[in-house]
Amino acid sequence: MGAGFQPMNSLYSELQWLPRAPRDFTERLKALPDSAGPVGRELQTLASHALDLNQLTRLAKAISKADSAGRSLDPLTPFRLAVLSNSTTDLIIPALVASGARHGIVLEVVQPSYDQVAQEALTPDSTVNSSKPDAVLLALDYRALPLKLSLGNSEAASATVQGAMGYLQVLRNGIKANSNAVCIFQTFAPPPETLFGSLDRALPGTLRSMIDGVNRELAANVLSSGDMLLDIAGLAETVGLAAWHNPQLWNMAKFAFSDEFIPLYADHVARTVAAIRGKSAKVLILDLDNTVWGGVIGDDGLEGIQIAQGDALGEAHLAVQRLALDLRQRGIVLAVSSKNTDEVAREPFEKHPEMLLKLDHIAVFQANWNDKATNIQAISEELALGLDAMVFLDDNPVERGLVRRLLPQVAVPELPDDPAYYARTLAAAGYFEAVAFAAEDLQRAGFYQDNAKRASLQQQLGGVDAYLASLDMTIDFRPFDATGRARIVQLINKSNQYNLTTRRYTDPEVAEAESNPEVFTLQVRLADIFGDNGMISVVICRPDRAGMWEIDTWLMSCRVLGRRVEHMVLREILGHARAAGVYKLCGIYCPTDRNKLVADHYPRLGFTKVDEESSGLTRWELLVEGAEPESAPMKVISQGFLAPWEKSHA
Amino acid sequence: MDESQIYARLAQIFDEVFDDDSIEVAPELSAKDVDGWDSLTHIRLILTIEKAFKIKFSTSEIGKLRNVGDLVTLIGAKAE
Repeated sequence: MGAGFQPMNSLYSELQWLPRAPRDFTERLKALPDSAGPVGRELQTLASHALDLNQLTRLAKAISKADSAGRSLDPLTPFRLAVLSNSTTDLIIPALVASGARHGIVLEVVQPSYDQVAQEALTPDSTVNSSKPDAVLLALDYRALPLKLSLGNSEAASATVQGAMGYLQVLRNGIKANSNAVCIFQTFAPPPETLFGSLDRALPGTLRSMIDGVNRELAANVLSSGDMLLDIAGLAETVGLAAWHNPQLWNMAKFAFSDEFIPLYADHVARTVAAIRGKSAKVLILDLDNTVWGGVIGDDGLEGIQIAQGDALGEAHLAVQRLALDLRQRGIVLAVSSKNTDEVAREPFEKHPEMLLKLDHIAVFQANWNDKATNIQAISEELALGLDAMVFLDDNPVERGLVRRLLPQVAVPELPDDPAYYARTLAAAGYFEAVAFAAEDLQRAGFYQDNAKRASLQQQLGGVDAYLASLDMTIDFRPFDATGRARIVQLINKSNQYNLTTRRYTDPEVAEAESNPEVFTLQVRLADIFGDNGMISVVICRPDRAGMWEIDTWLMSCRVLGRRVEHMVLREILGHARAAGVYKLCGIYCPTDRNKLVADHYPRLGFTKVDEESSGLTRWELLVEGAEPESAPMKVISQGFLAPWEKSHA
Repeated sequence: MDESQIYARLAQIFDEVFDDDSIEVAPELSAKDVDGWDSLTHIRLILTIEKAFKIKFSTSEIGKLRNVGDLVTLIGAKAE
């Protein structure tokens, strides 16, 4: 539409990594109210297409209909998001709801009246605060900030930037005090119009340099505050400021940006929410022929495939490899699924000098003649990670279609014809969106590989006990602290399988548990001969009736399954319970479709069942006196805990 | 593009925007006749039309629209 529509923008504005909406999209939406089964999966499937604003609006309507009819939207996770904005968000909100379903979230959006930002943030019983949102999106654009020009006057300019930051801080503090919700801040997209030209960037007190200043400060703040950042300035730069800002729509209806980008914006908001809820992907599965290299290794041979620097097609595939390697460096696990003879498929990794990817980087290598859905299933099992943690990159539309049909939980990006755009398309899809980065992330991809080594060691040694002893493990217990918090929040929000209650907590909520002397918290680390596994378990116990602790949260990384870590954790909890005069522990198991693994967690640890609800939730109790869970051969370090008499003064 | 073609395409667009395939798209039709045709849905309608016909309306053209008849005349003048 109109001038200035550049083809490369359509990758973003049309969400081209998603398949086009099916022809029967409308019919399938209309059939939903009459369908017998749960509708959550169908809504997510329909949402996982490149939908335009009208289609998103219709889908949102169907979601709200199903919800108000009391239909179960499983496996979608509910999330309440309040949106505070100085612009018109009415057309954006249905797009947010529909995009939420794409990312596994049932988004309930709380939208106060237009342009009531400060009132809503600062009044304790405002619409936003009294709705107790999980997060508040501060969907502000630069026109919300008091940015008075002070050309060439750096002191006044910096005072103006500080004033704008102060305003944002006041909003944040109001929201924190009144609802304790996570704040999602947007960076500000500067308008394309300049005053001097290039000088605007350099000269203090121009709009551009002041917006730069605010964005820099915002970015610096979120890393330490536990707030979230939605980089709208980056998004607007990606698609172009002139395309992003639409003066006609601002004048007519106070749209902060062009309608063309509402689906893209909504997808980015939904990614962030999904990342807060731990729903980002963790594994990249690569096809080989014509994806990782140009050509077919089985046909073209080692000399025939295209992977060289200086060769245009080869460089396109090298860009895919580079992106995969960079993702691995930030903790994404790499796997291969290729229709090839195993040794032929491995040859380039071993012998081709230009290959960036080496066999060492690949956690699971599946080269055979099975269909790819079977292979991806095998990869998921081998890594003990769910199918919805997988992204599958393949140039072949037939393979993509098969995997989408058989394994709808797996994310499968569409790819353009030209491999030059493969890497960009994968990155644009944002499957691996993260809201925090912990030191453990740097090593995660390696952990999964080490697990394969540990498994083979187990085979060599035969017996489990001998194996455990041979691992030379050290387990380290500490209460929650500021250093561990980012990783604690991350584990709480992404652990699905070994997680008894799957209760998700935000950074401020974890900080609250950390500082509340009534609450017993535990962060657990484990090291072994292969290295440091980092933090692998988190426990929160809250005082229940007098003398009882309810185990509110107990989760563990599946990387350390089968090492009796859970027994050692229970021993530690019991020790602290005794010291605190607690006589009984109460455990809860809330079943989800992901945590069957721990259905027997409490009985295995000697707990007795006392209650079972119709939802399947079970309650378990263990008398502290006389409880003696099995020990495991590991060295125990316990540090940083206050004695009970110290706590009352804490 | 003649008027009947424009009306046919508009009928599809009205269904997409209002999620209602029973709307009779006729020259005299205006916002007061259609459930849910508020100022914001109006903008969504205009944006969808611009995209479908690959045309662009000016602010004053949008301001002067009274009914579907005006809209069809304007589209006819702009669309190839």
